[in-house]
Amino acid sequence: MAGEIYKKPVLFAIVSAVVILIGTAVTMFIPMMMSHMHPKLDNLKPFTALELAGRDIYQREGCNNCHTQTVRPLKTEVMRYGEYSKAGEFAFDYPFLWGSKRTGPDLARIGKKYPDVWHYRHFEDPRKFFPQSNMPAYDWLGERALKPQQVKAHMDTLGFPYVEEDISQLAGKNELDALVAYVQVIGTAVTKKRMERISVTVEPAEKENPLAGDPAAVLAGKEIYEENCAGCHGDNGEGDIGPSLIDTVFLYVEGDLADDDYYEIINNGTEEGNVEEGRSMKGGMPPFRGDLSKTEIWSVISFIRSLQER
Amino acid sequence: MSNYQYDNQTVKGFIVSSIFWGVVGILVGLWISVQMWAPSWNIAPFFTFGRLRVVHTNGLAFGLGVGAIFGISYYIVMRLTKRPLLFPKLARFHLHLFNAAIALAAVSLFAGMNQSLEYAELEWPLDIGVVILWVIFAVNVFGTIIKRKEEQMYISLWYIIATVIAVAVLYIVNNLSVPAGLFKSYSVFAGINSANVEWWYGHNAVGFVFTTPILAMFYYFLPKSTGLPIFSHRLSIVAFWSLIFAYLWTGAHHLVYTPLPDWIQTLAIVFTIFLIAPSWGSVVNGFYTVAPDWTQMRTNYLTKFFIFGITFYGLQTVQGPTQGLRVVSQLIHYTDWVPGHVHMGTMGWVTMTVAASIYYIIPKIYKTDIYSVKVANTHFYLVLIGQLIFSVTMWITGIQQGALWKAVSPDGTLKYTFMEGLVRNYPFWQMSTAGGIIFTVGMLFFIYNIYMTMRSGTALAGTVERGGR
Repeated sequence: MAGEIYKKPVLFAIVSAVVILIGTAVTMFIPMMMSHMHPKLDNLKPFTALELAGRDIYQREGCNNCHTQTVRPLKTEVMRYGEYSKAGEFAFDYPFLWGSKRTGPDLARIGKKYPDVWHYRHFEDPRKFFPQSNMPAYDWLGERALKPQQVKAHMDTLGFPYVEEDISQLAGKNELDALVAYVQVIGTAVTKKRMERISVTVEPAEKENPLAGDPAAVLAGKEIYEENCAGCHGDNGEGDIGPSLIDTVFLYVEGDLADDDYYEIINNGTEEGNVEEGRSMKGGMPPFRGDLSKTEIWSVISFIRSLQER
Repeated sequence: MSNYQYDNQTVKGFIVSSIFWGVVGILVGLWISVQMWAPSWNIAPFFTFGRLRVVHTNGLAFGLGVGAIFGISYYIVMRLTKRPLLFPKLARFHLHLFNAAIALAAVSLFAGMNQSLEYAELEWPLDIGVVILWVIFAVNVFGTIIKRKEEQMYISLWYIIATVIAVAVLYIVNNLSVPAGLFKSYSVFAGINSANVEWWYGHNAVGFVFTTPILAMFYYFLPKSTGLPIFSHRLSIVAFWSLIFAYLWTGAHHLVYTPLPDWIQTLAIVFTIFLIAPSWGSVVNGFYTVAPDWTQMRTNYLTKFFIFGITFYGLQTVQGPTQGLRVVSQLIHYTDWVPGHVHMGTMGWVTMTVAASIYYIIPKIYKTDIYSVKVANTHFYLVLIGQLIFSVTMWITGIQQGALWKAVSPDGTLKYTFMEGLVRNYPFWQMSTAGGIIFTVGMLFFIYNIYMTMRSGTALAGTVERGGR
């Protein structure tokens, strides 16, 4: 009796379809009807015209082939990239761009981590910051003008709000402007946790550099500086994207800071709103606590001091 | 008594076309493997890694994979139904439309028209083309099966029927989008829901493009080329139904530790583990089929291809479920381990089985023998070694990457920056290029062998069979 099905192709096809559709229904169609598959954070905003244009370019260039956009709730991952991804922060992603491979780093928390100018420089020549990077250069995007009417059509398709001015302002912009705007908004609906610095088990920093006067630390610090700092502060601390480290102005105020203040800034970055020795920060520098160990940070400080003494 | 003809031209056309697209896909694959460690090989705007990688995956999945599936399925269906295709002219049109669609697909991907859905990157006009191609295939396959001259449907036909149905559902649902111009569309799905739909599709594209139609070939050509009957009909029944049932539950194992609800992840992991059983049903069936005469591994070059192919399928279907486990996923997900896994399946299982099927078919429709068994053996060992170098290298890199990303210093800080991890991949990525080159040379031996076989025989427009009863 059961063997009859192998002589009846139509019946066989129907039964096969039902068998295939059971798992499909339970894991895909039914969840789609559930509200917890469509969450949205309260402060999540639809992409602006410029950001959407940038996202289109991100899709066109296949950035998701090398970069993910999900931080997993794993301790070291949160240390490296920042707060783990929330279900509600992707509601306007048609479709999601989580990717599946990290040839390059995750970008879920890249938004506002660096200043715009860092991204322009990095897209133009990734090896300027990371000499051994394998990322292609995207300088050529800067020569391609955006097409405002096309972007408008895309905004209309998605039903994202805009005013005519948003569209007309695109006229003078190029594709690199758009891509940077998109990169800077990724993951920013989730507020950064100030607490992160405490959650990382760093012992309280010493008041003074324990490696001060150690020539080996200066040498080690030089290497770390070239890898991590020179891209913004210049090869000899003269300043570029970031401020000079060899003049006398620190955090926009005349007068040097102590070693432990340097440590704090390198460890936590200069997130807007943070205050060090009464000086308010304006953002721009990312925290390095995820990348550099305590000894490495002190070594860099030793090297910076040696630059200042030159 | 009536004589009838099998249409060889369409079958041959699909086989030659799929080999052509296969060469394109493999060469692009070599190119991007070099780009991994030599960024100067990126040539903007058309030939950057981000664009070429999708040409590589789509070229091989749709060009080589689906092209071979179309042609070889037609070959199998005609023989198992003991009649010509119901619509031979439609099948010929199918071939031309296929080549036009793949050519346009390649151009569109070079141009950056990309939906950003893995293995479903093609933009909406080409999606429509793919659906038309699939409908033509479905009409011809079902029509021919319904009008068959052989009452019992053999195992291969089950797998072909399941393929036709599943791929249709998968492809249409995942590609639902709203056009925003001729070259751009936005998915109708957003956020975590779009992730769930995509990986339901993505995983089952593997299941119903790289598994079921290839199993159809395996179940047909293994007995044909060894002269040994399939070991257990009952086992093939159990394996078939449990495979097509379980596969569709497992997509979310690609989304472990993402914001997708945990219950969907867990359900997917459970079914993924279960999937070992039906997969190994076919592996065991294959091994026991050859068991009465293992000497064929020495004496019959085709047996070697099929048995190594099914062995890699067996390894693949244990490794895959292992990767789904949370504790393994957290280490190897997002690393090079995963491309290593994929390439064992595609270079080991799919390409070996497809190549062996073509080795069987071409001499048959040219009424000749294979040009050189020696060349076929050289091909075999080169693709085997190339694939192993590639996969094993990627697994080692993957574990290293995962471990470096997790490494913590005694003071609780991360031990390695991302760049410090990246530079340690370079020697392994260079090694994988070397593996890829060996594999490619192996495939060139294959193509040479097929070409010389075609030259030495006489192409028959159709194979005349004495039919009826």
